[in-house]
Amino acid sequence: MDFAGYDPAGSRQSRGIVSAKIVVAGGFGVGKTTLVGAISEITPLTTEALMTAAGVGIDDPSKVPGKETTTVAMDFGRITMAQDLILYLFGTPGQTRFWFMWDEIIRGAVGAAVLVDTRRITDAFAPLDYFENRKLPYVVALNRFDGADLYEPDEIREALAISADVPLVMCDARDRESVKQVLVTVVEHAMIRLQAEHGRGFPAPVG
Amino acid sequence: MDPRRDPRGALVRPYAVTRGRTEPSRDIALEAVLTCSATQVAESRFAGHDKYRIATVCEGRAQSLAEIAAYTRMPLGVARVLVADLVADGLLTLHTAAPAEGFEERMEILGRVLSGLRRL
Repeated sequence: MDFAGYDPAGSRQSRGIVSAKIVVAGGFGVGKTTLVGAISEITPLTTEALMTAAGVGIDDPSKVPGKETTTVAMDFGRITMAQDLILYLFGTPGQTRFWFMWDEIIRGAVGAAVLVDTRRITDAFAPLDYFENRKLPYVVALNRFDGADLYEPDEIREALAISADVPLVMCDARDRESVKQVLVTVVEHAMIRLQAEHGRGFPAPVG
Repeated sequence: MDPRRDPRGALVRPYAVTRGRTEPSRDIALEAVLTCSATQVAESRFAGHDKYRIATVCEGRAQSLAEIAAYTRMPLGVARVLVADLVADGLLTLHTAAPAEGFEERMEILGRVLSGLRRL
């Protein structure tokens, strides 16, 4: 772009490059960072947030002598789709007590994928509840671990009590094509949801 | 030892570099992208070490707030305050995150992301 950085009106906000994000959630050790790393053009990065007043009461600092702040880490990756379009993938912190951080991560997100390990299915309850409450479009992705018991998708759907309109896909978080399919499903589902909300005349911004 | 892991606390408290301010002058989304031209980088030299580091991270390549925080090893809240200052001073250019409102606008972005994914 010849005019990159050219700013005639002195306006410091540019419409030049648009960025979007998809959230990857799931229990600790379910493979969120593996999934992000399988498709990200950069090695997943970690950014840390210090727990401030927002976290008081959730994780009372006074109960941990000598510890004034808690650091919450989240991993993320990046896919540059065009010169003016970048997609970011954000993994949620493993511990569900850091809800304040989740609010920040999902704000403005396209949608989410909840990664489920069939050996620890209850780990998915908290993120599923969370996205349900926040009206964020989400899909459920079953990560197939080697040697893991295989269940029928219908059994998983019933066990997780997810409604029929929530897509459920099998995936291998290590495999790029498989991860790509999960993300495609998230975006397609978000479009269907948006279309449906628009049709009813109740647009619901996320966040 | 990483000072953030030191139970005695960091030698430089995290928000010292923002002179104690924890609220950014404008809200910037995690994924909002920032760019910095060569001129802006040169000018940011006078804005202090931490702001200069941020400017150099964005030179020649669009970087999100999250990437800036990760590459500079600053906590997210600290990076957000400094980035907002740089934008206000015209030393960084803020691009828009995907719109959260407007049916047509949202559908257009979703459609572009979808075709971008399929092309991968």
